[in-house]
Amino acid sequence: MTDYFADLTVPGPTVTALTEEFWQAADRGELLIQRCTYCGAANFYPRALCTACWHDELVWENASGKAHLKSFSEVHRPGHPAWAAVAPYVVGLAELAEGPTMLSLILPNQHPIRVGAELRLAPTMVGERRLPAFELV
Amino acid sequence: MSTARSKGAIVGIGELKPVRRTVGRTTLDMIAEVSRLAVADAGLEPGHIDGLLVGPQVGETPQHVPATVAEYLGLRPTMSNVVDLGGASGAGMVWRAAAAIEAGMCEAVLCVLANIHQDPMPRSPNRNPIREFDVPFGASGANISYALLMQAHMAAYGCKPEDYATIAAWARTNAQGNPDAIFYGKPATVEDVLNSPIIASPLHLFEIVMPVAGGDAVVVTSAKRARSLKHSPVHLLGAGEKITHRAVSQAPNLTSGPLKESMARAFAQSGLAAREMNLLSLYDCYTILVATTLEDSGLCPPGEFGRFLADHDLGPNGSLPLNTHGGQLGFGQPDLAGGMTHVVEAVRQLRGEGDNRQIPNVRYALATGNGATMSEASALVLGSDQ
Repeated sequence: MTDYFADLTVPGPTVTALTEEFWQAADRGELLIQRCTYCGAANFYPRALCTACWHDELVWENASGKAHLKSFSEVHRPGHPAWAAVAPYVVGLAELAEGPTMLSLILPNQHPIRVGAELRLAPTMVGERRLPAFELV
Repeated sequence: MSTARSKGAIVGIGELKPVRRTVGRTTLDMIAEVSRLAVADAGLEPGHIDGLLVGPQVGETPQHVPATVAEYLGLRPTMSNVVDLGGASGAGMVWRAAAAIEAGMCEAVLCVLANIHQDPMPRSPNRNPIREFDVPFGASGANISYALLMQAHMAAYGCKPEDYATIAAWARTNAQGNPDAIFYGKPATVEDVLNSPIIASPLHLFEIVMPVAGGDAVVVTSAKRARSLKHSPVHLLGAGEKITHRAVSQAPNLTSGPLKESMARAFAQSGLAAREMNLLSLYDCYTILVATTLEDSGLCPPGEFGRFLADHDLGPNGSLPLNTHGGQLGFGQPDLAGGMTHVVEAVRQLRGEGDNRQIPNVRYALATGNGATMSEASALVLGSDQ
């Protein structure tokens, strides 16, 4: 199932100098978050300062990849036409064990999907890029 | 008695009948058309307008929007700005206009939003976090964000699809009283809503606004100046605003939004309570947003909107008139002007100009605006002059 989205030609991330390390890690199948060296807060998506205290010394940290599903939607009519080829597909809000929430793809598998379900990181090719998708545990 | 507490008055309104498609129109000429209506309705001349609030114009005028609009209209305002709060822009303009007048910067403010709708619409040129961290995962556009909000609300409280569908069915019912509504002549039942296709689960097609072209404008002046004008003024009695995030993944709460605090502030300023409103003119880009707004207003406890609505008639003669113009779910959503339709309808009702959909004995209305992914909120408490 991990090549389910590999044939798509869809918009990839608009990488910036600050986020380049995040996307390079994603290519390796890793999920990075930022840890504030001052207050210890975990931050996602990558930013120039900590959203909790505005300290600007943040260090990259490998997320555990454990998360739970805050919400999901089975998308039948995608907002971008290039995604129609794989519709319906599931988009979800993954609340990482470290605290922050990210939006991601939830890969189809045998488990029934429900809000609150446990997730684990499942790096997946979406077009030519490996993205930090999730799957149900 | 409203006048003593008035922060300013809406003295003119204009609204274009929405259309599904425009051919050969520009945003600027749509703005001009609806501005003429509002200023004429106020009984003012263009030369009286010395304040101008406009919306952003993606694709046509990326910057210098107020100057571009002022020049096009032949205005030379002493206060001007862009209000960029998505669907909360309309409500957000009204209190900003009143505040600018109170600050002595101008006397009569034109607040105007209008849009074209043609094929193909240009895709967003965004280079920002939502483009970088949502779009690559197949989450483009607002539908998915509100589907995620609705799924979370359903899971938290066990509300049923028909509870949400009731909101869309009432919008279509009330639209039958508004010949300008895009769904005039096209009522829909709860069953029709539930039989419409799923766009992004759990959202059905009929629970989502139809994008249209149109325009809405209001003229705001001081309560004192309003006395000398054509129409009975509609007073701004309270306002509240709150912005919490942009992308749905960053929302601090999926089942309660920034309208909660916005409405609380607006009610506190007005000295009124939600139950005293004779009209709820609630921003309704999706059914879920109305559900959350009702619960955030305190009219019913969280998760109880379905039971609450089942006990009420939401028509103009009912026990809880809600979006008597059909809401955007019935009227159509002329982009940012869609939010202003809720203000314009409140003014119509408070002036007693609701015609066949006039609410009897109406004194107070709540008008809300909401932008992005339940991110930007603005709430107004409006009162009639009596």
